[in-house]
Amino acid sequence: MNRRSVMSRYALRVTSIAAALGLWQLLTSANVDLWLRFSQFPTVTDVARAFAGRLAGDDYWTDLTDSLTRILTGFLLAAVLGVATGVLVARSRLAEDLLGTVLEVVRPIPAIALVPVAILLFPDNEQGIVFITCTAAFFPVLVSTRHAVRALTPVWEEAVRTMGGGRWRILGSVVLPGALPGIFGGLSVGIGVSWICVISAEMISGQYGVGYRTWQDYTVVDYPGVFVGMVTIGVLGWLTSTAVELAGRRLTRWLPRTSYVAGVRPPRGERGAAARTPVPAGSRAEEEVPKTHDQFV
Amino acid sequence: MTSSSDVRSLSRSGAGLALRGVTLGRPGAPVLDGVDLDVAPGEIITVVGPSGCGKSTLLRTLAGLLTPLGGEVIEDGRPLAGPAADRALIFQEDALLPWRTLRANVELPLAIRGVPRSERRAQAEEWLARVGLAEHARHLPHRVSGGQRQRAQLARALAARPRAVLMDEPFGALDAQTRAGMQDLLVQVLRGTGATVVFVTHDVDEALFLGDRVALLGDGHLLAVRDVPRPRDRTAHDDPARVTLRRAVLASLGT
Repeated sequence: MNRRSVMSRYALRVTSIAAALGLWQLLTSANVDLWLRFSQFPTVTDVARAFAGRLAGDDYWTDLTDSLTRILTGFLLAAVLGVATGVLVARSRLAEDLLGTVLEVVRPIPAIALVPVAILLFPDNEQGIVFITCTAAFFPVLVSTRHAVRALTPVWEEAVRTMGGGRWRILGSVVLPGALPGIFGGLSVGIGVSWICVISAEMISGQYGVGYRTWQDYTVVDYPGVFVGMVTIGVLGWLTSTAVELAGRRLTRWLPRTSYVAGVRPPRGERGAAARTPVPAGSRAEEEVPKTHDQFV
Repeated sequence: MTSSSDVRSLSRSGAGLALRGVTLGRPGAPVLDGVDLDVAPGEIITVVGPSGCGKSTLLRTLAGLLTPLGGEVIEDGRPLAGPAADRALIFQEDALLPWRTLRANVELPLAIRGVPRSERRAQAEEWLARVGLAEHARHLPHRVSGGQRQRAQLARALAARPRAVLMDEPFGALDAQTRAGMQDLLVQVLRGTGATVVFVTHDVDEALFLGDRVALLGDGHLLAVRDVPRPRDRTAHDDPARVTLRRAVLASLGT
């Protein structure tokens, strides 16, 4: 894809956000009260003003770093534990018998329902919140790792065994790299669930943190403040899941991405030009695929 | 070529493999029964038989991936204990690790043997050049053709300088032209390595072209082992000895 069409895609994305904000501003400033009541809603300008005020203060940044520390600690712990447990359960019958049932019984319990457990277990609120965040992300990572490891092509392992590779070599050279695409599927889901749980846990039991602040603002009827919190959560969530996504793409570059639907089709203007100048279909596809591939990696 | 003399000086003698009254398959449902076979060091023995006759099972047993139900598998007079680096296995299916470049794939057995990085890189590149893949060394497997992937597998198997190479219909999925090229390449690359080769195929002509001897499998047994006349010549279809042998082989396989 050429630079112009990349620009036009970004332009589209920005336009869609602008349109959403425009609609919001329109509905609230006109005090539309049909069945949905927008008259009580803060306008975009109210929220922006409140946001600017918060950004100038110290509390906002403390909230931000607190929430980020909690989610990153919880999520990284979950990633390590989830991958390790997933591999163990998928590769060892003994581990499956020992852990499988327990994990399956604990899995359906929503992490946020573990608040009482966290309060009983941990001496400190902070650790409780990290515990809840970690549990939330742990299960998606565990389940996708387990599936990915079980779905590995058997000849890969046989090949390494006939090269004289042992258990650890197979783990490092076949199991982990081969399961990586699946593991990243779990990490992507995990980071999303982590945000839900860290915010909920902060609302219930936090001191500082974006969730705590949002709830505080609600109790003192500071609606613009509530929206500042929501926007903050949205942006942070988007940034962290994008980071996970990018890391995943980078580490699984080897995956054959033959037809990336959005990229391979030339934009309208070019399609006309392509039709006029005959280009062999094969060479065209070969030229385009690696380029789009690079772009999305 | 200096590199080929390097190979000769570094090569070890081929492994002698033997099966003594070996029974293979699942308990209660043996695929092959009572197989006695001696494979001499450095020889190329081809194994032919209809699909499902236990060719692959036999090969995986020689590789040490499967244990026989009965009997003994022997390497150089000692019973086999699991897979080892001195017996390389080449698969029909694509067994290259897709996240490693061709070079990194060829380096893998060397890394397992503990060859230092720079040395194994050089060796891997040399082997890739030998199978005609020098310019594809940095490509991922999915970027090259099926024939090229099989050549890379061959390079990966031979780079570790195994004493025996076990090949499971390695060219079975390739078109006829590529297959003939691969057979020539195999003969050329094996020359001087001294490795013992067990080559499984369902293609009688391939078996007769490559093998010093041909082992025939069928009806759950090893039917016969035949010497193949030499020199190797793909075009010698009317050579009387070869015609007779081919006819005999086809007859005993019941085709």
